[in-house]
Amino acid sequence: MIKRTLKLAACLAPMALVVGCATNTATPYDYTAYKAAQPRSILVLPPLNNSPEVNAGNSVYAQVTYPLAEAGYYVLPVALVNETFKQNGMTTSADIHALPPAKLKEIFGADAGMYITITRYGASYTVLDSVVVVAADARLVDLKTGTVLWTGSATASSNEGGNNSGGGLIGVLVAAAVKQIINSTTDRSHPIAGVTSARLLSAGYNKGLLYGPRSANYAKQ
Amino acid sequence: MHITIIKRAGLMLALAGAACLTGCASPPKTLYGWDGYQPQVYQHFKGESPDQQIAEMEKSLQTISARGAAVPPGFHAHLGMLYSSTGKLDQMVVQFEDEKKLFPESAAYMDFLLAKVKKGEKL
Repeated sequence: MIKRTLKLAACLAPMALVVGCATNTATPYDYTAYKAAQPRSILVLPPLNNSPEVNAGNSVYAQVTYPLAEAGYYVLPVALVNETFKQNGMTTSADIHALPPAKLKEIFGADAGMYITITRYGASYTVLDSVVVVAADARLVDLKTGTVLWTGSATASSNEGGNNSGGGLIGVLVAAAVKQIINSTTDRSHPIAGVTSARLLSAGYNKGLLYGPRSANYAKQ
Repeated sequence: MHITIIKRAGLMLALAGAACLTGCASPPKTLYGWDGYQPQVYQHFKGESPDQQIAEMEKSLQTISARGAAVPPGFHAHLGMLYSSTGKLDQMVVQFEDEKKLFPESAAYMDFLLAKVKKGEKL
């Protein structure tokens, strides 16, 4: 009896561990429109900043390319895109987010637009400590039709520690961010913004973005 | 008898657990070499001099190719923009063409910018 129970346990345990590693167990996200649109390139618009920190937009915007490109998409060069808007008299993110998708498609030739809103950015101080939090929402829009293909949100904080982040791309980023914060007294929010961006814009996570055509995992979800 | 079975089962559990941990924690292989691009974009937003950024990005380009990694999307376009801001339009064109070659998805935007420069307009 003990023998059988143990054998069964030995067989089941790895399965439990495998399930523990995978993240997509919750209610399925409706990817119908997203899968039909098959975007290859993404134009990330300058983020809308609802936090009091003036630098938040630039800090997040500088770090959106990595997760999206690693997910398999072409990401239009953000600084150059920002420059094009400026040259055309568009200096606020709110004005840029209000532009017609078809107009954006015409100039930038991108399949989809990523509209990011920063909801929290920076440190809140307590008597003993200060905690840095960066949170943001995102919306992926088909620039041909204006259809919303995906929405998501993510947050990261300086007091999470480096252990509970899981593996993969995000785990590496969290570890790097924690190290950077320890070594830097200024700009402590910037590495945390990098983690938020990776959580928000990486593919392969529950309710996250789908992989793009330049990824080996494309169309396997 | 039971003790050996327990030991064996324990070993199997340990091995299974180890296999899973390695599966989860092995460092991911990235599609691109990321030396410098995003930090330079941030420096650009913070107003650092284009000459300094050009030097950094040219160095990054060497590091990336020395490692046999792929240049990430936007890198060449960003470097081209920096060249244009220092008046080196020939070098800008080379970078924009490189961006197009590596990423045909960029062609419409790169052509839009190249046409502007040809007309003597700013990027």
